[in-house]
Amino acid sequence: MKVLVRIPKKQVYEFPGRRPVLWVLKQLGVNPETVIVIRGDELLTNDEMLGPDDEIEVRPAISGG
Amino acid sequence: MRCIKCRGKAAVDIRRHNSAFCAEHFLEYFENQVRRAIDEEEMFGAQDRVLVAVSGGKDSLALWDVLLRLGYQADGLYVDLGIGEYSEESKRLTQVFAEARGAALHVATVADDFGSNVPDLARAVRRPPCAACGTTKRYTFNRTARRLGYDVLATGHNLDDEAAALLGNLLHWNMEYLARQAPSLPAGNGLVRKVKPLYRVGERETASYAVLRGIDYMVDECPNAEGNQQLLYKEALNHLERQSPGTKHALYFGFLERGRPRFESPEAPPLRACDECGEPTTAVVCSQCRLVARAHAALERMELRAAAGRE
Repeated sequence: MKVLVRIPKKQVYEFPGRRPVLWVLKQLGVNPETVIVIRGDELLTNDEMLGPDDEIEVRPAISGG
Repeated sequence: MRCIKCRGKAAVDIRRHNSAFCAEHFLEYFENQVRRAIDEEEMFGAQDRVLVAVSGGKDSLALWDVLLRLGYQADGLYVDLGIGEYSEESKRLTQVFAEARGAALHVATVADDFGSNVPDLARAVRRPPCAACGTTKRYTFNRTARRLGYDVLATGHNLDDEAAALLGNLLHWNMEYLARQAPSLPAGNGLVRKVKPLYRVGERETASYAVLRGIDYMVDECPNAEGNQQLLYKEALNHLERQSPGTKHALYFGFLERGRPRFESPEAPPLRACDECGEPTTAVVCSQCRLVARAHAALERMELRAAAGRE
């Protein structure tokens, strides 16, 4: 699966196999409380299973203004 | 994970409420939370003219969207801080949002109003950009709302913002701020009523709302925000929240119910009109006029030194 990350800088990661969203966030070292996970126009919860063809975005939900 | 309302596939989980919702029922939950905040705090009614302070970010655009959907008379105010491409893009996104909804948007440009943009003001007085930015925005919000005759100013502060601000105020025992920190502050002495209708919803929820509504918002963080104190407090609270869901809610709502009354003082410093601009202040000259005067004096000195160096 392809994972677009925006924090701390824009970067694309690839992970093999089928994994839940929470596993991906752990690999990235991201606190699930601080992000939303987007696939196309839908939001994913942490237990959602991702397949090899999935492309998701891990978008920061925390701003400091 | 299943929606607690319809058992359909969940789109958003809210651990502090031990809940999850599908997209449709999350939007319903979100609007209900905002409606409840407005009603319980008596923020404004259908007849009031509301000015929404919009930055182009998820919170303020989500707030403006909800208020319009709930049928309130809500116009926008964008303050152009002059932070390069960041300001240009966030202004564009705000304008696109307003045009798509046929909503009125006012734009105040800091460089036009004060002779310099926020980064230059901050650099000149050697203050952190966020401090100069906060002072300038608060001043512009109040002055614009008053001049244009709005009944109330609404900002997009959410539960995470309020909990982080509270943590900062507690860590430094800022008694005056603790006395004033509230979802709704009354008008008086030249100050317009200020309200925070998103105080019941978390930051992940406002981001989720914006995405599910298809709102194109400014995702990138302000280039000046890196390392600021509020982000540090949010990080600490989110670390706690991960281990113990509901920590932020317990901190802030516990403060509102049990803590804040203990900080309220009948001897709040009296407000008067600033000698320079007439805006409300506790001093002879308001903090914004002092900031601008100090910055321009410093910029003049810099120019003189540069000219002397050229001779």
